[in-house]
Amino acid sequence: MNITLKVWRQKNAKEAGNFVTYRLQDISPDMSFLEMFDVLNEQLIGKGDEPVAFDHDCREGICGMCSMMINGRAHGPTRGTTTCQLHMRSFNDGDTIVVEPWRAKAFPVIKDLVVDRTSFDRIIATGGFISVNTGSAQDANCLPVPKDDADKAFAAAACIGCGACVAACKNASAMLFVSAKISQLALLPQGQVERESRALNMVKQMDEEGFGSCTNTGSCEAECPKEISLENIARMNREYFMAILKK
Amino acid sequence: MNKFLASSLGKKTIMALTGLFLVLFLVEHLYTNLLLFAGDGGLAFDEASHSMVHNVFIRIVEVFLFLAIILHVYQAVMLTSENAKARPVKYAVDGTGKTASWFSRNMGLTGAMIFFFIVVHLYNFFVPYRITGSVGPDGHETLSHEVAEALENPWYALLYAVSVIILAFHINHGFQSAFQSLGMNNKKYSPLYKRTGTALAIIFGLGFLSFPVLFYFSHVTGFDILNWNQ
Ligand code: HEM
Ligand code: FES
Repeated sequence: MNITLKVWRQKNAKEAGNFVTYRLQDISPDMSFLEMFDVLNEQLIGKGDEPVAFDHDCREGICGMCSMMINGRAHGPTRGTTTCQLHMRSFNDGDTIVVEPWRAKAFPVIKDLVVDRTSFDRIIATGGFISVNTGSAQDANCLPVPKDDADKAFAAAACIGCGACVAACKNASAMLFVSAKISQLALLPQGQVERESRALNMVKQMDEEGFGSCTNTGSCEAECPKEISLENIARMNREYFMAILKK
Repeated sequence: MNKFLASSLGKKTIMALTGLFLVLFLVEHLYTNLLLFAGDGGLAFDEASHSMVHNVFIRIVEVFLFLAIILHVYQAVMLTSENAKARPVKYAVDGTGKTASWFSRNMGLTGAMIFFFIVVHLYNFFVPYRITGSVGPDGHETLSHEVAEALENPWYALLYAVSVIILAFHINHGFQSAFQSLGMNNKKYSPLYKRTGTALAIIFGLGFLSFPVLFYFSHVTGFDILNWNQ
């Protein structure tokens, strides 16, 4: 495949960036999108140019690092995939592909396609944990959790904190992420101790980080590589209302 | 409470509650307006309008209605501008059209158009009927005739028609969105909210559309729609 890439290049957080066009020949349709970038970077290094900086780690869709806005879509056009799981066969020979970093006030660009997502870490630090001592692995019968709750908690816990929800949302809202974290713990017995303070503190931190507010467009759910449901946002709102009433 | 109202979720709650209240008001408004088609020379409509002015309960609700509009618009402006600020650098390629409907992404714009219409609408009917008194029992014209006259103007009829279509789409997204904001969505009830919202949008859309369309054509064709039953 022959591909024309328009990639956002930006030296560092302070300098202005711009798009640079690269032409790539003989790209295998079976390559992942990141492998295609590896090929590009090999060529750039060979020419003595600066390679394109992009985040990646596991390359198997579980770490959430590989943030790229591809033709205006978070992690590219396919549903429920991260960029590392996106293959070149999703594109056509001769395509021009525009690749940009996540854009959000709370996700400043560090370099090229790499953004600073520590705002997510700070949100987690305010409540995305449990402080009860759960001891060593218990007999399952000691923790009677309804299957339905366990499934919902598990589905919410699938969130890998990649930031695609923020990137895809027209308001750069982080509510899908925050609601997944709140839901995952609110649904299980271990999460009850900090249930109210968690909802209050995580929402407060989310607001302080400068994310937008949800207007229920549904872009986040459509772009989430783990297909986290909007239902979680409704649950977060409920958790928050209850916490406000109690505290 | 202050903490709540200042939070993003608090603001969303206000949007949702005021939005749903406005939907409720539209039910009443559509019902009264439909009396214009009773064919009795506008009598039923004029009487209903008149008795509402003298109903204490309605007058109290009216205060809340104005408050709701002001809060809804104020919060809409705040939310829309804050949300725009959350992404200072825009994308070169905007892909949101592939993941969310146009109307869900442009509630601020459709809201602003509705607001413009509300202002014109109040100026046309509320002001002469309730403030200057030039229309109504003591005025030179009944309210129903004022409506018929206003809708003889093709530009006003067009503005009315376009605005109510936009309102229908605003409600189609807004109604189910309000339940999501209020934390009431789940797999079981979401389809119900969605279908109810769409049904309301169609009823309000077609219902309110009937006034500019029928009154304008009654003017053009000379068919006296206010008196068809007499
Ligand atoms: C009769 C008139 C109106 C009705 C029935 C109505 C109804 C609604 C409803 C039910 C919502 C959903 C609330 C939510 O998402 O939680 C909504 C949202 C919204 N409305 Fe209205 N509205 C009206 C007029 C207006 C006006 C005049 C404006 C602005 C100037 C406006 C701007 C907005 C905006 C920006 C939203 C999106 C807010 C969000 O989703 O967070 N609306 N409206
Ligand atoms: S690199 Fe880990 S999810 Fe893509």
